[in-house]
Amino acid sequence: MILARVVGNVVATKKNHRYESARVMLCQQITPEGEETSYSVLALDSVDAGVGDTVLIVQEGWSASTAATGKVGAAIDSAIVGVVDRIDLL
Amino acid sequence: MIIARILGTVVATQKDERLSGKKLLIVRPINVDGSDTTGYVVAVDTVGAGFHERVLVVAGSSARLAQGMKDVPVDAAIVGVIDTVDVRQ
Amino acid sequence: MQLARVIGTVVATIKNDSLDGRKLLVVQTVDRNLQSTGKPMVAIDAVGAGVGELVFWCRGKEASFPFKREDTPTDCTIIGIVDSEQHVTR
Repeated sequence: MILARVVGNVVATKKNHRYESARVMLCQQITPEGEETSYSVLALDSVDAGVGDTVLIVQEGWSASTAATGKVGAAIDSAIVGVVDRIDLL
Repeated sequence: MIIARILGTVVATQKDERLSGKKLLIVRPINVDGSDTTGYVVAVDTVGAGFHERVLVVAGSSARLAQGMKDVPVDAAIVGVIDTVDVRQ
Repeated sequence: MQLARVIGTVVATIKNDSLDGRKLLVVQTVDRNLQSTGKPMVAIDAVGAGVGELVFWCRGKEASFPFKREDTPTDCTIIGIVDSEQHVTR
């Protein structure tokens, strides 16, 4: 999984019907130290994340599809599966 | 699989319920000579790895095949604690 | 699948139970001219390969198929040993 910050969301009226149950969030990957990296990614929300939250994103088809829609087989490769409270570095 | 070292932990209360009780660790891939690479991944620990240990990380859908990870939404899992790496080059 | 040279071994006593008894080898992927390319990876051995041998490996979930396919967490498995360097025709 990767750590990311939610920076916005995307509204798309016309989209694959499997996407209808969840919001599409615009996320920017961060380093463990909290700095934003250049990698941005769209991920479906499954945990009520909001803009500004630090989140955990899973990037694997089965996991993302079941987390975001409750079913397998949707064309989804990234889903937010956790809102991060704290990161402790050694 | 890759060799990695543990950088820290992630705490997330609000999460997919299938991740309940799973320990989330931030790990950085390292080279076979022990030097750091760039980047990191958050992985679920399946072996009780301790800080400062070198670990074996499996990525992708294979991570779900580890014992205890069935039907858990993960794309990286720590599946071993490394004792030694012997490389002849 | 890619060609690789087995360059070392990894010992891990504490492992996920599903990896019990599996041999871990360090593989360096090579190109068609048998020159190293990319970073070494750790692979599970499915064919009895040894250090120094030229092999080929399979990535992804398919890497678990030579074993108990629903219970072996590997994303990199050695699935063949090349007879010799002369057996790579190019």
